[in-house]
Amino acid sequence: MASALINVPARARRGEIIEVKTLISHPMESGHRRSQLGALIPRDIIRLFVCTYNGTEVFRAELHPAIAANPFVVFSTVATESGTIAFHWTGDNGFSVTESVAITVG
Amino acid sequence: MKRPTSRRQFLLAAGGAVAGFGLASVVHVKPARATPAAMQEAIRKVVGPASVNTGKVTLELPPLVENGNTVPLAVSVESPMTEADHVRTIHVFTEKNPLPDVVSFRFGPRAGRASVATRIRLTDTQTVVAICELSDGSFWSGSAAVVVTLAACLEDV
Repeated sequence: MASALINVPARARRGEIIEVKTLISHPMESGHRRSQLGALIPRDIIRLFVCTYNGTEVFRAELHPAIAANPFVVFSTVATESGTIAFHWTGDNGFSVTESVAITVG
Repeated sequence: MKRPTSRRQFLLAAGGAVAGFGLASVVHVKPARATPAAMQEAIRKVVGPASVNTGKVTLELPPLVENGNTVPLAVSVESPMTEADHVRTIHVFTEKNPLPDVVSFRFGPRAGRASVATRIRLTDTQTVVAICELSDGSFWSGSAAVVVTLAACLEDV
């Protein structure tokens, strides 16, 4: 159901600052909206996004209901070595998605 | 010898008791949306007793937003992003959304550049504030005023 789109350059020079773009499909239900019957729709959001580069955390974002549906986060990191960049989203109702991409640094 | 309570003393004591009860019974009603004061409180929670300087933070938002459900937001901080001098966190706050907190980003020297972009929701015309914490412990802020024509958070499903 949940699918993530990740854009990272496949290869980079050592020490280069690369831009990482991530998008994940999620409704980000804020918990402030009401259904047509007037009942409050319970909150269902992604709370945390963490990016690790070969196991070392390089970026983290704590999300609140004010983040638009399908959270889109763009950040940067330094291409230090070849390996994998992993992305982990966790949220309400046991939401948990992990994706990773490979990068070659030369 | 104990004097009997005079009428004046009795009235003073009774008045004090009534005033005290009145104050205690003022119920704090939580507003349906955050207020600038709630935003200041949320900022205080993050910053603590430290003072917040203005500058260094660039917050980019479109000045006129047609749809508050997705508003592109970009924040960047001038910083060399070295081990000795880097940006630790960037927090974004709003004045009038139901909750003042929007997002918190955490960086390290491995980020290379203190620059992030995302998409947020805005419920009304308001000022958005970004606050960053540098590795030396100082706080800096930047803000942007946004005019919103279609509000987020209010529509029915």
